[in-house]
Amino acid sequence: MPERLMIGTRIRERRVLNGMRQTELARQAGISPSYLNLIEHNRRRIGGKTLLKLAEALEVEPSRLTEGAEAAVVGGLREAASDSETAERDRIEEFAGRFPGWAGLLVDLHRRTEALERTIDTLTDRLAHDPFLADSLHEVISSVTAIRATASILVETEQLEPEWQARFHRNINEDAARLTEGAQALVRYLETAPRRDADLTSPQDEMHAVLAARDYHFSELERPDAHVQDVARLVAAEARSGLSAPAQNLLATVLTRYLEDARALPLSVLRAQLNRLGPEPDRLAAATGAGLALVFRRLATLPEEVAGPIGLVICDASGTLVFRKPINGFAVPRLTGACALWPLYQAMTQPLAPLRMRVRQTGRGGETVLALAVAVPSGPGSFERPAPMQAHMLLQPDPGESAGPVRTLGVSCRICALSLCEARREPSILSEGF
Amino acid sequence: MGKKVLLIEDEPNIIEAISFILSRDGWEVKTHANGHDAMDAVRRRAPDLIILDVMLPGKSGYDILGEIRHDADYASTPVLMLTARGQTRDRELAERAGVNRYMTKPFSNADVLAAVRDLVGT
Repeated sequence: MPERLMIGTRIRERRVLNGMRQTELARQAGISPSYLNLIEHNRRRIGGKTLLKLAEALEVEPSRLTEGAEAAVVGGLREAASDSETAERDRIEEFAGRFPGWAGLLVDLHRRTEALERTIDTLTDRLAHDPFLADSLHEVISSVTAIRATASILVETEQLEPEWQARFHRNINEDAARLTEGAQALVRYLETAPRRDADLTSPQDEMHAVLAARDYHFSELERPDAHVQDVARLVAAEARSGLSAPAQNLLATVLTRYLEDARALPLSVLRAQLNRLGPEPDRLAAATGAGLALVFRRLATLPEEVAGPIGLVICDASGTLVFRKPINGFAVPRLTGACALWPLYQAMTQPLAPLRMRVRQTGRGGETVLALAVAVPSGPGSFERPAPMQAHMLLQPDPGESAGPVRTLGVSCRICALSLCEARREPSILSEGF
Repeated sequence: MGKKVLLIEDEPNIIEAISFILSRDGWEVKTHANGHDAMDAVRRRAPDLIILDVMLPGKSGYDILGEIRHDADYASTPVLMLTARGQTRDRELAERAGVNRYMTKPFSNADVLAAVRDLVGT
């Protein structure tokens, strides 16, 4: 039914809701009851003064009669019916008009379903790309495989020698223990997963998602006249898109530092020196007079086609990762608990002394990369309180053997296969002694 | 002495179980536990069949399979791939790389044994 014809239905429903008789409404609107009857049955088109008078008598905005409170509901119903082969699409407006409560409920349910589908997509994506989860599941399956194969031997092999029996019993015991640890680790991990789609990611994750979506580059803050209000505008725009309040605070902090960095080392200067010297932070620092940490941060804002692939990890003095820009081949934990062997942490033990080394993470998917690290104060100190420190680790593609030996390190103890590691702080869910 | 199987797998207890069932069936089983120098092990052992895990430390089974297929001496050696990954795209990746048989973990010993016998034609 065309929407214009639904005006009559809305008038009738509003009148009934207000407890008015047709004759009373007709009188107040200055029309005959029979004409109002035709209008209410959508047999007459109305507009202009008649519509205004009816709206006034019904004490509603005229737009509520022409568009209906259900305009949004109609849109939602259309959306909900888009994939249905059975819904009567030609009667959506009539349905919304006659059963606004049910229609609203249907739209709400449809939206909730969509939100849950997004949640599933996000969790599926996390399952596919989260190195913790993927490795943990792999270890569980490996343990199950070993147990199944060994148990089959014990059950199916006739006259198995006692020494083999003992050996396989021991293996099953080992694998069962490993499976238990792996399963418990998985449960702990999954239990900490947020339950509501709105909380699917931590504020840190939300903030990093915004940075990643912009490829870590904000042209608004690179302009010479960029101001802190530009930061506020960027944050407000993300807030309108649903960024949580804690994530807004984090984003504001990161972008404010971005702005300060861009002022201290403008893009034009950086690009000019980059063209001359290449993406070598120490030479860029010497040429521009900027500190290494600042150069690291500025390089990390450049698009890959300008400076090549560059990753950056920043931690505070507690070791918590406060900034993560990934690079292929080097996994960074989502939360905390990165490998203590990272040059990032070594740099924290010797502030202002830059480190440079080739590193490779043990396990699957690891590639040799060049890590440059330096720890610097991130704010002023005082006699009462020392300056807060932050360590920066820039990650670049491997320059090759000429850059020295490769240090083997991990992602995090929990999924690290290094068996003899003095820095280990918790057992690995991987088997010892590969 | 039976035909030679090279098992490239990094889980010690899976290695032991597969080695046991194949040895009892008359196969000569050699093992190798990492991806770094797996191709060296292939050349050194000259196996009649290779059982290859996908997720190995140092190098993936897919990469090793690619190297095997590019080595004239072993391009036609049957390869049975074992992996925890069972997704279609992983299987397709293995097939593109030239795998002869693809089995997902956990597997049954009987299936592994049957596959080995079938691939070597015994």
